[in-house]
Amino acid sequence: MSSEISEETIQTVKDMAGKYDAGFVTDIESDKAPKGLSEDIIKFISAKKKEPEWMLEWRMKAYKKWLGMPEPTWQKPDFEPINYQDYYYYAAPKSMADKPKSLDEVDPKLLETYEKLGIPLREQEILAGVANPVAVDVVFDSVSVATTFKKTLEDAGVIFCSISEAIQNHPELVKKYIGSVVPQGDNKHACLNSAVFTDGSFVYVPKGVRCPMELSTYFRINELNTGQFERTLIIADEGSYVSYLEGCTAPMRDENQLHAAVVELVAHKDAEIKYSTVQNWYPGDAETGKGGIYNFVTKRGLCEGDHSKISWTQVETGSSITWKYPSCILKGDHSQGEFYSVAITNGRQQADTGTKMIHIGKNTRSRIVAKGISAGKSDQTYRGLVKIMPGADNARNFTQCDSLLIGDQCGAHTVPYIETRNKGAQLEHEATTSKISEDQMFYCMQRGIGEEEALALIVNGFAKEVMQNLPMEFAVEAQKLVGISLEGSVG
Amino acid sequence: MIKIENLKASIETDDGDKEILKGVDLEIKGGEVHAIMGPNGAGKSTLSYVLAGREDYEVTDGSVMLDGEDITEMDPEERAAAGLFLAFQYPIEIPGVNMSTFLKTSLNAIRKQRGEEELDSLALLKLMKAKTKELGISEDMMKRAVNVGFSGGEKKRNEVLQMAMLEPKFCVLDETDSGLDIDALKVVADGVNAMRDEKRSFLVITHYQRLLDYIKPDVVHIFANGKIVKTGGPELAKELEAKGYNDLIGEAA
Repeated sequence: MSSEISEETIQTVKDMAGKYDAGFVTDIESDKAPKGLSEDIIKFISAKKKEPEWMLEWRMKAYKKWLGMPEPTWQKPDFEPINYQDYYYYAAPKSMADKPKSLDEVDPKLLETYEKLGIPLREQEILAGVANPVAVDVVFDSVSVATTFKKTLEDAGVIFCSISEAIQNHPELVKKYIGSVVPQGDNKHACLNSAVFTDGSFVYVPKGVRCPMELSTYFRINELNTGQFERTLIIADEGSYVSYLEGCTAPMRDENQLHAAVVELVAHKDAEIKYSTVQNWYPGDAETGKGGIYNFVTKRGLCEGDHSKISWTQVETGSSITWKYPSCILKGDHSQGEFYSVAITNGRQQADTGTKMIHIGKNTRSRIVAKGISAGKSDQTYRGLVKIMPGADNARNFTQCDSLLIGDQCGAHTVPYIETRNKGAQLEHEATTSKISEDQMFYCMQRGIGEEEALALIVNGFAKEVMQNLPMEFAVEAQKLVGISLEGSVG
Repeated sequence: MIKIENLKASIETDDGDKEILKGVDLEIKGGEVHAIMGPNGAGKSTLSYVLAGREDYEVTDGSVMLDGEDITEMDPEERAAAGLFLAFQYPIEIPGVNMSTFLKTSLNAIRKQRGEEELDSLALLKLMKAKTKELGISEDMMKRAVNVGFSGGEKKRNEVLQMAMLEPKFCVLDETDSGLDIDALKVVADGVNAMRDEKRSFLVITHYQRLLDYIKPDVVHIFANGKIVKTGGPELAKELEAKGYNDLIGEAA
């Protein structure tokens, strides 16, 4: 094979790098499990994490279930069957073999990676930079690299650490809640996660505590052919409040990377959890559709207690395939569930996303606002279920789904399911589909605004109702991301 | 200031290209206000779109010079930076984008193109306060989404506000009087008149003479069938009002 790289290739790579800012690879020595999936691999992961016996047993149980489970086939996206033996299920930077005790011990290359991504990890730098600091847990491939502001949070009684640490240090909490909202056998992807999950965040906010700062986790997949299987568990005890944000990026790879995550939230009486996501995994090549992340995520929140509230906000711009339905089980009386979503697909991306609101308690309320923007040759589906159980007297739901099409080669579909078993329920559903109007574009351009900036402005306006639910610190970044995701979709 | 020579433009239709502008010649000096009047379908609005560089039209011949710069081939946003402003007949709604964001984006996009430093939020806020006050526009309007739920009068006043903020060299007002009652018309005209100075030219496109009672033109052109067919002083507008298009320009209408 010739070692010469053509000018064209170099230019193509440059162009791509301009489009996807987070597409660089960190050159770091990695400690990997052998390729493929087996009982031995699961034992390997569990041993690497020095897990107690009960955790390994739990994983094994999931693995056995998973072997017999069929792949979900009801979604719209179309893709080659996944060869699960072709992935690495554990990859950790070698320097992380013994978890560093402080940032000074963390490999500078890792710190550099996060700096490049705009995520400072040194607390004094964070404090110097912004008015409202945010505590961050950063997960690189299969391990948590660092968690900031631990001390501040501890003083408030809040536990914020990686799930691996929680298994060691708070086994009673993990045992009680893991799998309580998303059972192992919920679906094939969640089941796989239960068997092989590597890291993720754990949050416990005790009774009556309002978490003193925003919490966040930053996920990064670096290694080639590696799956990231994070598992996040957030518990808000009675009368507490927490706001949590996750962000995700990955290098540009020609091969599809697998990301099968599980997030479980539990809100007790009078507690509130606000969970925000800015997902910017590598979307694959815009022309050929090659590469990109398969983002198969099961997120569910349980409003366990009366007057509890769970609010999901997501800005989904990346991944080649998104399969994701953050949901709420409204068990407590007067509990509330919210789902605010902006999904942007461009190039050859496919997204099938939405939510489920299951009303069980009396006087439960839910609100769904989904804004889908499709450009290029992408395809997008909103899929939602509102289910009212017989005991859910006076349940109310409001759903609004708006789709915006850019160009004439993309698709948008809305699949709302409603199941009502209580006659007293009040449900409202509104849906619109529109195209970016040339009049709007021309109006902006006549005022001096260039084509791509005009598009970003109009789309951000379209998505405003959702964007304004993001924590302030992230709203600005998310707005910029909207512009970046749509690059190349006009003209 | 603005010099239009033999401007021809066509639009693509199902039956092939259709020529709408058939050789427009027009020169407006700094400080002058010219009015273009004409019957419906004469191509008046097309002229404003072609001057602003709308993509749907293809310029097949001729040129447009703005302050010595050839803008014929420029993109719309480049023309805006060169100093051309179009006040729309039907201002466009942009849901979810509030006026202050829109004005900031617009002003800074123009400044950036000109190599000028961008304004920060504070400087912008000050400028906005000053201009809204000058024009008697309530500051609340700045918090509302661009043109969404605006009354006809508010939309037109908003166009004048943007014009005042961007301080263009050449302003095209496309049927600014349409849909306005007399009171709203006066407010809009006052705003335009306040901007008249030696360094700025105006092209006022209108169907009726009424607007020209408030914005007094130096020159009046009659536009018919894709070109200027008659030119005169302000008295031409009165004559037109009295006689009607058919009488005045006969066959050309």
